[in-house]
Formats: sequence, structure tokens, C-alpha cells
Amino acid sequence: MAAEYEAVIGLEVHVELKTKSKIFCGCTTEFGGEPNTHVCPVCLGLPGVLPVLNKKVVDYAIKAGLALNCQIASFSKFDRKNYYYPDLPKNFQTSQYDLPIAEHGFLDIEVDGVEKRIGITRIHMEEDAGKLMHSGETIVSSTSSLVDYNRTGVPLIEIVSEPDMRSAEEARAYLEKLKAIIEYTEVSDCKMEEGSLRCDANISVRPKGTEKFGTKVEIKNMNSFRALQRAVEYEIERQIDLNEDGGKVIQETRSWDDTKGVTVSMRSKEEANDYRYFPEPDLVPLVIDKEWVDSIKETMPELPDARKKRLVEEIGLSSYDASVITSSKDLAEFFDRTMEHYQDAKIVANWLMGELLRLLNAKGQTIKESPITPQALAELLILQDKGTISGKIAKQVFEEMFNTGQSAENIVKEKGLVQISDEGAIGAIVEKVIANNPQSVEDFKNGKKQAIGFLVGQVMKETKGKANPALVNKLLNEKLQNI
Amino acid sequence: MELYEQTAHELRDLLIKKEISSQELTEAFCEHIAQVEGYVQAYVTTTREQALKAAQDFDQKLAKGEETAPLAGIPMALKDNMSTKDIRTTCSSKILENYIPPYDATVVKKLQATGMVMLGKLNMDEFAMGSSTENSRFFQTKNPWDLERVPGGSSGGAAAAVAASEAAYTLGSDTGGSIRQPAAYCGVVGLKPTYGLVSRFGLLAFASSLDQIGPLTKDVTDCALVLQQIAGHDPLDSTSANLPVPNYQEALVPDVKGLKVGVPKEYFAAGLDPEVEKIVQQSIRQFEDLGAIIEETSLPHTEYALPAYYVIAPAECSSNLARYDGVRYGYRDTDAQDIVSMFMKTRDEGFGQEVKRRIMIGTYALSSGYYDAYYLKALKVRTLIKQDFDQAFAKYDILLTPTTTSPAFKFGEKSADPVSMYLSDICTVTINLAGVPAISIPCGFSNGLPVGLQIIAKPFGESTLFRAAYAFEKATNYHEQRPQLGVK
Ligand SMILES: [Zn+2]
Repeated sequence: MAAEYEAVIGLEVHVELKTKSKIFCGCTTEFGGEPNTHVCPVCLGLPGVLPVLNKKVVDYAIKAGLALNCQIASFSKFDRKNYYYPDLPKNFQTSQYDLPIAEHGFLDIEVDGVEKRIGITRIHMEEDAGKLMHSGETIVSSTSSLVDYNRTGVPLIEIVSEPDMRSAEEARAYLEKLKAIIEYTEVSDCKMEEGSLRCDANISVRPKGTEKFGTKVEIKNMNSFRALQRAVEYEIERQIDLNEDGGKVIQETRSWDDTKGVTVSMRSKEEANDYRYFPEPDLVPLVIDKEWVDSIKETMPELPDARKKRLVEEIGLSSYDASVITSSKDLAEFFDRTMEHYQDAKIVANWLMGELLRLLNAKGQTIKESPITPQALAELLILQDKGTISGKIAKQVFEEMFNTGQSAENIVKEKGLVQISDEGAIGAIVEKVIANNPQSVEDFKNGKKQAIGFLVGQVMKETKGKANPALVNKLLNEKLQNI
Repeated sequence: MELYEQTAHELRDLLIKKEISSQELTEAFCEHIAQVEGYVQAYVTTTREQALKAAQDFDQKLAKGEETAPLAGIPMALKDNMSTKDIRTTCSSKILENYIPPYDATVVKKLQATGMVMLGKLNMDEFAMGSSTENSRFFQTKNPWDLERVPGGSSGGAAAAVAASEAAYTLGSDTGGSIRQPAAYCGVVGLKPTYGLVSRFGLLAFASSLDQIGPLTKDVTDCALVLQQIAGHDPLDSTSANLPVPNYQEALVPDVKGLKVGVPKEYFAAGLDPEVEKIVQQSIRQFEDLGAIIEETSLPHTEYALPAYYVIAPAECSSNLARYDGVRYGYRDTDAQDIVSMFMKTRDEGFGQEVKRRIMIGTYALSSGYYDAYYLKALKVRTLIKQDFDQAFAKYDILLTPTTTSPAFKFGEKSADPVSMYLSDICTVTINLAGVPAISIPCGFSNGLPVGLQIIAKPFGESTLFRAAYAFEKATNYHEQRPQLGVK
């Protein structure tokens, strides 16, 4: 039954910009710090203070807009979004309403080999609010709450997509791609765990083939790709079930509970705020001329799609490998820097996507924290190419490098892992293995060609994997032919 | 004339000639305040200790032969909506009754840099909303010319303090006439500078796009001197103009020959007190006698100014005053059981009736479904009003109008009827909507009560205002009259 429905998904992503100071005052944006130490009268909204726009915030917003193929507004302004909350010092948020800094962009995603373009409705700038710390589990069960205003006034951009996504996979791919693009521009560090990239989703379902949107539900509090995917999957199911059971989806805001794996109702439309937006009278409108935009264009780095194209067309990587390598700026940088010392792209890509990411993931580390440098990896690969070590040993050495930070050469030397390429030495071992395994020899003679694999394994076992596999194969074949 | 009754520039001369010390002068003012404050009630907070300390500092500087700024060492006071570090700043509201700011407003910093001697903070209509200072949550300030009458508002304390010589000069703020109207009622000079000429940083906002700080003084020379000290670009105020500040003293020449003066007929319509009209018409003839060229003109959108103002100002105020919720500072209701009731009870108890009325009007005007009909429409009217002034100033150097439609009214006379109270701002609000500068100067008396003449110039045309006002002042003596408070 569920196949008759299709989901309509749009995402609203808040990205914290990496400026040194806040959007309207000179306070630091540094994460952490004792509560209420990164504050001043301006960001606390004390009586009489006025905001002064940090130009760097506009630079970054323009850069993000360009990276997402948006049109940059030549005339933009700030508005006040009025609502009461104890973490909001002025009880209004200075944001942008009808004249955002950027509009009409897009980004391309790929799911199961199918490419799709997702529209970006708008990007606007705004200030972050503070943080409430409740004495109990939730705000309702708490007897008291404290407010930390350190985050107040930290600059954000909100990136609103068109409702172009149709599945949880697409939503996830969109967010992953968006994160990669923003990372490349370096306007944010995109740390989801520190809240510098946050995502809300608008989800509705409709019978397949119909034009009309279903009732939309907003999901908040998803702080990882996995959470987004699970929440969207859950919500689509929930809405389809409601429709199937003859119930009605109500327009509301729901929150994602990651431990329980469910969405729960926060507030319904009836309780929704009227934000009473109006132009911020304390800030003058923002006039952005072509020169300003051009000067930002000049600082624009190569973006994931362009980089992927380069890796495919110039270096010959497969489309899939290039996608994975360019999905993270740090990984792509690591790839490029390894390639400076070692030129086989496919081998480098395999090592990065295989061994390196596996070990990093196991330790919960990022590529930036990798104990192995691009140059050290290249040195290992060269040792392997020269035949000093075998491929199998190389993986062992790599793991050792990862754990100790030692160079490949040192590890190989210290542990005596140098590949045995001496024909005489290997020949002797081959003969011994043949002598010890008459059954396998017999099988081989009877046409069971795969028996040779067992014999190779035995030789490798004897040499603790140090024997040159090509040589082992050659000698084994020769000797077996002669029997 | 008593020492404290003199103008700031006269006192300045005495200080420089060392005929008096700033300390003596400050003590004289404090003594006078002690005598008349019981009648006038201009001060919310007095800061005698700090004033005497600042006066002594000035005296030492002078004794050492150090350069001192004009107005240095001269006792003054501030309307209580300008943030003063470590000194209570209340906006005459219960909600800020015990609020002590951790920072100084830019105007305060600028005056401090020149050697400010501040006697205290002055009473006002709560959050600058009102036309009589009857809306103060603390007490009513009286008009020194007639203690049964209001001093005007919202800078009533600031105007009354200058009129009663409780400070040589004061700073007020003007959102819809809050400097000029009380100046007219109290017979002093009051200037609303061009929007953006004086930094608003540290001014507790009422309506951000209309508010402007300006001087209240005994004469035009003082007014120019004070503006000189407080004007200029402030990097902390994005709306402050980045333009050089002219030397306003140079504008003080008693010469208006050939000055083109427009008299907008809409300001002489029904509702204008006949006596006030007569006095203002005489003043206009005075300008003619001095060689100015007078012509009747029209500002056709004037009739829409008051409704537009009473949409825009409350809209901005509803947002500006949202921060007073009891969470971070100021008054808090402690009985409420949850956060929403705490917000609501704090604001219900902390704000007075007029403030609540305007917050509700503003909230309504901005709410979805009404925004286009009220707020957006008001912004359009505002643009038309600006265009009226642009057209007028293409032809004229200044415009002359009454500052108010009548002299000061009696306590209670209008406070029961908000609309009649709002109408008392009819001559002044247009100026704030247009952002142009205007000065009110004494131009006569009606039954012993002062009448004000409003002179309007184009944006940043303060020098022209001073020139015209100075010429008029030199030809008359209204500014030399002092109210008799029955105490000497
Ligand atoms: Zn700050």
C-alpha cells in the first residue's frame, strides 16, 4: 500500500559562520567558555544598545550564496522577527525576511547513480540565540533554568531548499552535499556535534501522481546525517499510516527523539507564532555592488562538483571514487597531497576509502586528525611498488603507522618485514611446501587449478607473508609443471 | 540675575575669567535645586557627589592652565532615558526602577570627554511616551511658569529643569516632539537635530527610526554649543551619518536678509489657539522686518502625519520594549508559577497604562493580516511626507510654524482622553517622520505662559536653524524671561 504515496521534503539548514566576532558586536564567537563570559551590552540587548553589522558576515553569506549557485541581492535588509523566549535577549531576533541576501540557487545530488538537482529557495543572515540549561530532564520537569548568552549574536545563515526531495536518502544526500560545499568555502566549520550545522525538515506525503501538497509537518532537532535519515523515514511512515488509517495529518512542529527513534509533537499550528516581522530600524539597508560580489568570487575555491569532474577527467578516477573523495574537503585535500608524492590515483583512492577511513571511523577521528600524513602514505605505497614489502604486509605496516605515527620504512626495518625476493630462498620453501602437501599437488595434477592458491598460502605462511607473491606464483608453477 | 539663572556660555565666561569655580557653581545649582525641586520635581535621581567631584577635576585642570572644552565644568542634567554607567537609568518606569546600566551612552561619553558636570537624571513620560510628563511612573513634573500646568512631554523634566534653572542645560530626546513641545511650554530653546546627526547609542529606544537626542537650553548660543559637543558620526550607531560636523558657532550671526521663509498653511488650521496664532504671526512679521522673504506654502500630506506616526511609533515601541520581561534585569514579578506568566505579570505590573496602550497598538499594527493596512500604509505616508519637505526645501531655506497649538495645559486636562493628548503633538510629529531638524524658540507669552516658534530646515541644515533663531533672539527678549517660582 505504501508504494502509492510519495513524500515531499524540504530542508532548512542553519549554518554557523566562522567569523571571529559576533554579527552585531565585537564579542568572540569561540565555542565554549564559562557561561556569559562572551557577552557585552550589545549582544545582551541591554536597554539602549544598537547593532553594528559585521561586514565579514556579509562576505561569508555572499560566498555561500555563490557556492550554491544563488543570485546575490544587490539590495538587502534586516528585519526583526518578534517572539518571546528567555534565550532571546531582545525578545526579537534580527534576521532577514522579504529581501534575503541570496535566492534562486541549486545543488546537485546523486542517489543510487541517479543525478538530481535540488533548488535552493533562499539564504538569509541572522543572529543565534542563547542556550537554556534546565535543572531537570526537560523544561517542563525543571524547577529552574539558567541561561547562557555566549552563543547570542553568533552569525548564522539559514539555507532553505525547495521541496524537491522525495525520499530520506535524497534528504541525506542533499545535507551531505550541502555540508561538503559549505566546508569547501570555509565559511563554517560545519561541526554538527557542536551545533554549527543544524537541520530542520518539512515533510508531507501525497498520493503518487497528484500535484497538491499534503499537510506539512516540521521536524526539529536532528543533529546528524543518520538522525535526519531516520527521522524522515519515520515521519514518512507515520504520515502514510495516518492516511491509510483514515486519520489526518495535522500541521505541527515535531521533535526527533534519537534514542526512541520517533518524532514527538512540540506545538501545533494553532499555537504558532505571528512573528510580526518588520524592517530593523537600527540597521541601514545593505547595498551590495558588483565589485563586492566580484571580490568574493575571486576568493572562491574549487567546489566539490568541479573537483570531482577534475578527478574523473584528468586523473581518471571512477565517478564513484571521485564522489567519495570529494565529499569531504579534508579527504580531497589529503588525496591531492598524497598524489604529489605518488601518482597512481586509483591505488591512492583505494587506500583512502578503504584502510584510512576504516581506521579513522573505528577511532571516531576525522581526516584532519589522521596520524598518517599524505607523504607517509605515499612512502608506504612506494615501498610496496619497489617490492620491498608485499601488499599484505603493506596493510599491516599501515595499521602500525596509524597506531604509532612511525614511518613505513622504520616499521619495515624494525620488524624485519622486507619482502623476500631471493629466488633461491623462495625456491627452497616452495620445494618444502610441495613436499609437505602431496594431496594438493595431486589435486593440481588432476586439473584442480585452484589448489595452487592453497600452496601459495602455505608459502606465505612459512615466510610470514614476506615472500614476493609474484615470485611465489612463478616458482610454484614452474616446479609443479616439472613434477 | 542669580548665578544659576545665567546661560551656559555666560557661566563659561565667568569660569574662564576665574570669577567663580566650577565647584562654587555646582554648589549654587545644588542649593537652588534643594530650594525649588519641591515645587518643580524635575529630578528622578540627583548625583550631587559625582557632580562635585567632576567640578573639582575641572577646577584643577583650569588651575593647571590646561585647555578645557566649551561647556566643561558647567552643571547640566540628562533625561533619564540615556544610559549612564553605574547611575540608575529608569525611563521613569517601574520596570527599570532599579536598573543600573554597565555602560555609558555615546552622548554621555562625548560630554564626559569635555568635562561634564552632571547634576542628575530628569523625569519624563514613561519610556518617552506622552506629551505632559504625567505618564511618569514616579511623580509629575510641574511647569515652572505655572505649577498647575504640565511642563509638556516627554522631556518635561529636561525642559522644566532648564526653565527653573535647575541645570544650565539638559539633553532630551524627541520622537514626535518630545524636546520641542516641552521647550515651547517651558519657554526654553529645544532642538530636534536631523535624524542621524547625534548618536542614539545608549538612548533607551522608544521608536528607533524617529528618536533623536537634542539639547534644551536657555538660548540659541547654548543650543549650538551643546549640539557641537554631541553631534557626529558614531561607529556604534549604524544610522548615524558619516559627515563632518560644521562649526555651529559660525552660524550665530544676526542676519536673515534674503532668507527664504515658507509658512505652511496646514499648521495654521482649525484647532490652533487664536492667541498662539497671533503671537506666531507676529514672529513671522518680525522675520520679515529683519529682511527675510516670507511666502505661504503647503505641505499637503500634513493631515496624515499624526495617524502615520501613531502607527509607526507604537509598532517600533512594541518591539523595542519586548526586552523588558523580567528575565535579565529590572523589575520581576516573583509570584508567577511559570515563565509565560512571569513575562506577563512582570510587564503588566512594570509598565504604565500609556506604554501598554502603545505596545498593544503596535503589536496589532504589525500582526499578520493588518501589516499592509496599517504599518505598510504608514510607511508610504511617511515617504509622501518626506517628499513634501523635499519640495518645500527646494524653494525655501526654512519653514516657520507654531511649535504647539496652545500653551501648556493643566494637569488632568487631557490625560483622560488619549486622542486629545496625541493631537497636542500635531505640529511636531511631521518633523520626525521626515527626519529633518527643527528648533523651538520662545516667541512670546499668552497669559503669562510661554509660546514657542518652530523653525524647520532641510536635513543637516542645523546651521541655518541657528542663524534664523539667533537673529530672532537678538531682536527680541523672550529668552531672557525667567519664571518666578516664589522662591529666591
Ligand atoms: Zn557582544
